[in-house]
Amino acid sequence: MKKGWLYQAALLAALGLVFWVFASNTAQNLEVRRIASGFGFLSREAGFEIGETAFLAYSAADSYARALAVGLANTLWVAALGVVLATLLGLAVGLARLSPNWLLARLAAAYVETLRNVPLLVQLFFWYAIISEGLPPPAEALQPLPGVFLSNRGVFFPLPGDAPALTGFNFAGGAALSPEFAALLTGLATYTAAFIAEIVRAGIESVPRGQREAARSLGLRHADEVRCVVLPQALRLAVPPLTSQYLNLAKNSSLAVAIGYPDFVSIANTTMNQTGQAIEGVALIMAVFLTISLSISAFMNWYNRRVALRGLRR
Amino acid sequence: MSGCLAWARRSLFSGWLSTLTTLALLWLAWRWLPPLVDWAIASAVWRAEGPSACRGAQGACWAFIAEKHRFILFGTYPFEQHWRPAAASLLLIVLWLCSSLRRFWNGGLAAAWVAGLALIGALMWGGVAGLPYVENERWGGLTLTLLLATFGIAFALPLSIVLALGRRSTLPVLRLACTGYIELVRGVPLISVLFMASVMLPLFLPAGLTIDKLLRAQLALVLFAAAYLAEVVRGGLQAIPRGQHEAADALGFAYWRKMGLVILPQALRLSIPPLVNTFIGLFKDTSLVLIIGLFDFLSTVKVSLQDPAWSGFGLEAYLFASLVYFAFCHAMSSYSRRLEHESARAVVSGAAAPYNRGS
Amino acid sequence: MKLVIRCAAVLAALSAGHASAQATAEAVAKKGFVQCGVNVGLAGFSQPDSQGVWKGIDVDLCRAVAAAVLGDASKVRYTPLTAQQRFTALQSGEVDILSRNTTWTLSRDTSLGLNFAGVNYYDGQGFMVPAKRKVKSAKQLNGATVCVQPGTTTELNLADYFRTHKMKFKPVVIEKLEEVLNAYFTGRCDVYTTDVSGLVAVRASRAPKPAEHVILPEVISKEPLGPAVRHGDDRWFDIVKWSLYAMIEAEELGLSSKNIEQQAGSANPAVQRFVGATGDLGKMLGLDNRWAVHIIKQVGNYAESFDANLKPLGFERGINKLWTQGGLMYAPPIR
Repeated sequence: MKKGWLYQAALLAALGLVFWVFASNTAQNLEVRRIASGFGFLSREAGFEIGETAFLAYSAADSYARALAVGLANTLWVAALGVVLATLLGLAVGLARLSPNWLLARLAAAYVETLRNVPLLVQLFFWYAIISEGLPPPAEALQPLPGVFLSNRGVFFPLPGDAPALTGFNFAGGAALSPEFAALLTGLATYTAAFIAEIVRAGIESVPRGQREAARSLGLRHADEVRCVVLPQALRLAVPPLTSQYLNLAKNSSLAVAIGYPDFVSIANTTMNQTGQAIEGVALIMAVFLTISLSISAFMNWYNRRVALRGLRR
Repeated sequence: MSGCLAWARRSLFSGWLSTLTTLALLWLAWRWLPPLVDWAIASAVWRAEGPSACRGAQGACWAFIAEKHRFILFGTYPFEQHWRPAAASLLLIVLWLCSSLRRFWNGGLAAAWVAGLALIGALMWGGVAGLPYVENERWGGLTLTLLLATFGIAFALPLSIVLALGRRSTLPVLRLACTGYIELVRGVPLISVLFMASVMLPLFLPAGLTIDKLLRAQLALVLFAAAYLAEVVRGGLQAIPRGQHEAADALGFAYWRKMGLVILPQALRLSIPPLVNTFIGLFKDTSLVLIIGLFDFLSTVKVSLQDPAWSGFGLEAYLFASLVYFAFCHAMSSYSRRLEHESARAVVSGAAAPYNRGS
Repeated sequence: MKLVIRCAAVLAALSAGHASAQATAEAVAKKGFVQCGVNVGLAGFSQPDSQGVWKGIDVDLCRAVAAAVLGDASKVRYTPLTAQQRFTALQSGEVDILSRNTTWTLSRDTSLGLNFAGVNYYDGQGFMVPAKRKVKSAKQLNGATVCVQPGTTTELNLADYFRTHKMKFKPVVIEKLEEVLNAYFTGRCDVYTTDVSGLVAVRASRAPKPAEHVILPEVISKEPLGPAVRHGDDRWFDIVKWSLYAMIEAEELGLSSKNIEQQAGSANPAVQRFVGATGDLGKMLGLDNRWAVHIIKQVGNYAESFDANLKPLGFERGINKLWTQGGLMYAPPIR
């Protein structure tokens, strides 16, 4: 036992030493290179524009802090929608893989195998090329529904009392979805759905055949059998791996920088570049993603407990 | 013939819903497949003297890949020396193939890896046996991707075992440090770790001491992958029944002997399929080094697109990149699936240890 | 425990190792090559070709320095750098020169600890729009969607310009050139903005029909691009600076890679000094007296470098002509 304490003390000392060496080097380097430190830059004027602002108003005259807040809102927005879409799509593909229809099952299997084995970054480039090259310019926008315009500037929806109209260069008014956002969302959702589909399949296959037979012999209809017998049991197995997929989706949203969606990493990147304060920038990125990760974990753990408890009560 | 019909009735037209699905899918295939085949094969330009032959063509311009393939595969490595990275890549692939076969799982394999990596180093750097020296700034393309992935795994795996053991240790400081590290790294995106390696690490080091970019990116990949692998290894460790620990203790084994001879061999064997899956993730993740300006495979594909003479063939370039990544990842994932089936069969036949009992 | 002590010793050595930064010129001579930070891929400035060989005017500058210091232009190692990494890489000593289309500004020259050793390309930011828009001036761009690459002064100039003229715009910020151009040519943006040199090159080489795109007359910024070295190493600063000037001066003297050997016997005293036949200008720089001959013979003069790298892309010499021809390229006297 004494030996154990000795090891631990040595470990602590080593960690402390490494930390101290890094800190002293950094302090010296910052001084020599005259790089400012601290978070004072947050209140300075950012000076750059942001292409899309999900919930917060922003202009180039606002501060870095506000610019970063806009980036954070954009990250959260795309991650939240991505989680919902990926879950729905993943569920559909997972069920399709177990379909008695051979063609559908093979197609679903091919979907999973292809999407899982190509890096997300390549897929994002693809989606962006398809969306921005496949749709017409605003002047020739498609109008699938009255008041809804589809062009390579994105999708424009009417809001009550505020319909989009073509003015000069682009549509004004209404609500809009940009191509960058659409490409990122599609990429994240379809990629993560491939993983979720496998989780769903594994979950459903784990439900013993006897359970389904019992449900059928009780005279339950197929839908009820799935809803009351199969899914509750499958879900219990699926929640922990689902959590890590949601975490991955949130972290993968940082690839937005490659296709021009102004997420948190992209804004922090520009900020680092302009202020030269790399340490603060990377620290902010890490802090934000850690917070997001911990929140998702906490929520899913709570949900997991709920699902598991209900199972026990029965 | 009747068997075929019976199969079709059973698996394609078993009910009205199934019939409808089949018909819808067939209709889609009829609509989409012919133009796709026409673009990719029939009307495609396979060979051309220059980009002008592609500009007017209706189909894909595979001549772009033909023109740029040497750069895409080997990056800025000296042109006349390209056989060296080619040989090194082949050697790496052969080593991986050998490692996947159970019959080679013995001490000889480790020796083969050491010898193989030394040979690869000699080939890539040169400076021996009359080969001119090539600095590692000039390595690139698919070779670099393979090297990043291989060394990433080679260094991350031992580190991950230490981390996993640390996380299950009874020493609170050690446990806390390992848990903190694993959770911290798993909570942040790889991009931020790469940013750290590329813009922050130089600030941590004393003036005058620099680590080159490739090494920094490799370090970031290793540190990142180790955290994920550690959780896989921990899963394997948890599946080892308590009886095994007790038996080792009863034999009077000390900690390292117990772990090295009894627990780890079993745990690692159990974790092979999930380990392979994590390797696939690492292989795909190497593509992110393009964000910090390293010439990996995806990066050479993109830089090729920036040649003004050959710009505008992005779709072809990305399809080619996807195909290459797919080939590697698909091979690994089919392998991990086969292992899973094998171990599942072993469990059913009772040949393996009863994994699910205990703890 | 022994291991711990040993590790501690190594770490202590690391932290104490703030050895005085070795003079770069000596270090370069000792290691036998120049480590040069370049762009990851920008046609005409620095870009590997199909055989993986680096080409471009920024690359030529690195080669010129290697020729001057080591007598061999091929003794360069290239470190491709992103916009974020470039200054850190130079400050930390990872590269000896930063020759990566970097705009010379006061803040970079002072607070980043850099010295800009001259200008090898005078640039300025402009706008390109499709001709069918019938836009005649940048002042008509209110409400436009603008494609721009991040991480440079471009983004800031753009925001400044629209604010000054009380106009609104929507930026589409994309990291990679290929994607940003794609976005413009497919109509995702109304306007593409970057340095005018880049606009010219893009219009000539990328546009399906170059005549369908116009570059607006407004140039909204000054972008003198040039090589940078670390503060506090004056000798190395001098070498890089005069290597650049030697290329410009050679053009003015009519010396090129083709004729420098023949011209060495010329009676012109300026040429005599330049080739090192008289005087000891090379020695003053701490170099071989034939330093300039090495540069011109192996790399070429400024015009040769420009014609080989930028002209094929459709670049005009414009303000980058020699001062004798009404441009800004002006080398102080090499005497």
